[in-house]
Amino acid sequence: MLNIDSLERGVVIDHIKAGKSMEIYRVLELDKLDCSVAIIKNARSKKSERKDIIKIEDRIDIDLDVLGFIDPNITVNIIDGGKIVEKKKLTLPARVVNVVKCKNPRCITSVEQELDHVFALTEKGVYRCIYCEQEYQPQ
Amino acid sequence: MKKLISPLDLTTQEIDEILSLADRIMENPTAYAHKCDGKILATLFFEPSTRTRLSFESAMLSLGGKVLGFSSASSSSASKGESVADTVRTVECYADIIAMRHPKEGAAAVAAANVECPLINAGDGGHQHPTQTLTDLLTIRRLKGHLDNLTIGFCGDLKFGRTVHSLIRAMMRYEGIRFILVSPKELQIPDYIRDDLTAGGFDFQEVERLEDAIGEMDILYMTRVQRERFFNEEDYIRLRDSYILDTEKMELAKKDMIVLHPLPRVNEISVEVDKDPRACYFKQARCGRFVRMALIMKMLEVE
Repeated sequence: MLNIDSLERGVVIDHIKAGKSMEIYRVLELDKLDCSVAIIKNARSKKSERKDIIKIEDRIDIDLDVLGFIDPNITVNIIDGGKIVEKKKLTLPARVVNVVKCKNPRCITSVEQELDHVFALTEKGVYRCIYCEQEYQPQ
Repeated sequence: MKKLISPLDLTTQEIDEILSLADRIMENPTAYAHKCDGKILATLFFEPSTRTRLSFESAMLSLGGKVLGFSSASSSSASKGESVADTVRTVECYADIIAMRHPKEGAAAVAAANVECPLINAGDGGHQHPTQTLTDLLTIRRLKGHLDNLTIGFCGDLKFGRTVHSLIRAMMRYEGIRFILVSPKELQIPDYIRDDLTAGGFDFQEVERLEDAIGEMDILYMTRVQRERFFNEEDYIRLRDSYILDTEKMELAKKDMIVLHPLPRVNEISVEVDKDPRACYFKQARCGRFVRMALIMKMLEVE
């Protein structure tokens, strides 16, 4: 069994779908932090067979919209004094900017590099590029 | 109404007002010959066009206004790498209203976000073409007398056909509309249009043979399979001749069905069909000029 020290103060991103932790690490730009960051892959979970966990040894502001877009089932726990002081719930954000790129080769964003890649949530609960309306397809 | 990107930017009441104004202009065009004196329309065509560009220019000239612009990306600063946003910001300094066509989907939305003046999407790739839709609606209303309780068939390239996407969305707002979508599997409507039809509970069916459904249609909207929408020449050649409307198929249609086509056509409607009184695509092209006159007046808030 792998042991990672419990946090005294920081943030735990839990219930990440197994294999998704590196995407979250990249999107949240955790590589730019000076503090310790632990990525635990394929941990055992009660909810599902396997999950990933990220532990951050600092009270940083997490972009909850981005996490909600990647997977609204992720939980974010704020730790202080070695205890969970706050559990943040995620929802699907109305729009996400520059989190994912539009893959439609006919979209204006494919030729104009300075444009933001913006996806908006539709009534059907899917995300579409605000320019060409192409649906975002999670890999 | 300052920007027209998709037909849904217009309420049905606004569409009604534009169509009624177009009807009045058609009855007495000289009464409108000086409505836009002193105004300038810029036509920014990053993609070649005959009908749309000339009908916009004809519309503005018929209203007494002036036009400037370019007819291909190679004759604009786009060839030097200028962005759409910078181009329209510059042109806004020289014109009162802009009509823009661009080969990339969503280009009109980018332009609209960067200018204060009225802007009309004259076609953005395979996405939307709202002024063709207004032309289609005016033609249908003039020839059928109403825009509700109609069975409308779309045939050909329903995947990349922006005129199809725009007209389906516009027709979805009228009561009792039934859609029959005729295309090969590879060229079926995009999922965002199918989602809209399903979510709205619309009566629609997708078929592969025109002969199977033509008899049920009040309107048949033919489209061309466009070479410029394909990245693969083989796919284009394989699919371009999927449907050809000829006199034999017309015999299966209702006596009062009308055939529309946004034009240009290649071979998807046999020339012999032109003699059939139900062939209305040249009447449709004529409507294009007048509906654009009405739209320009509305957008410039000219009474």
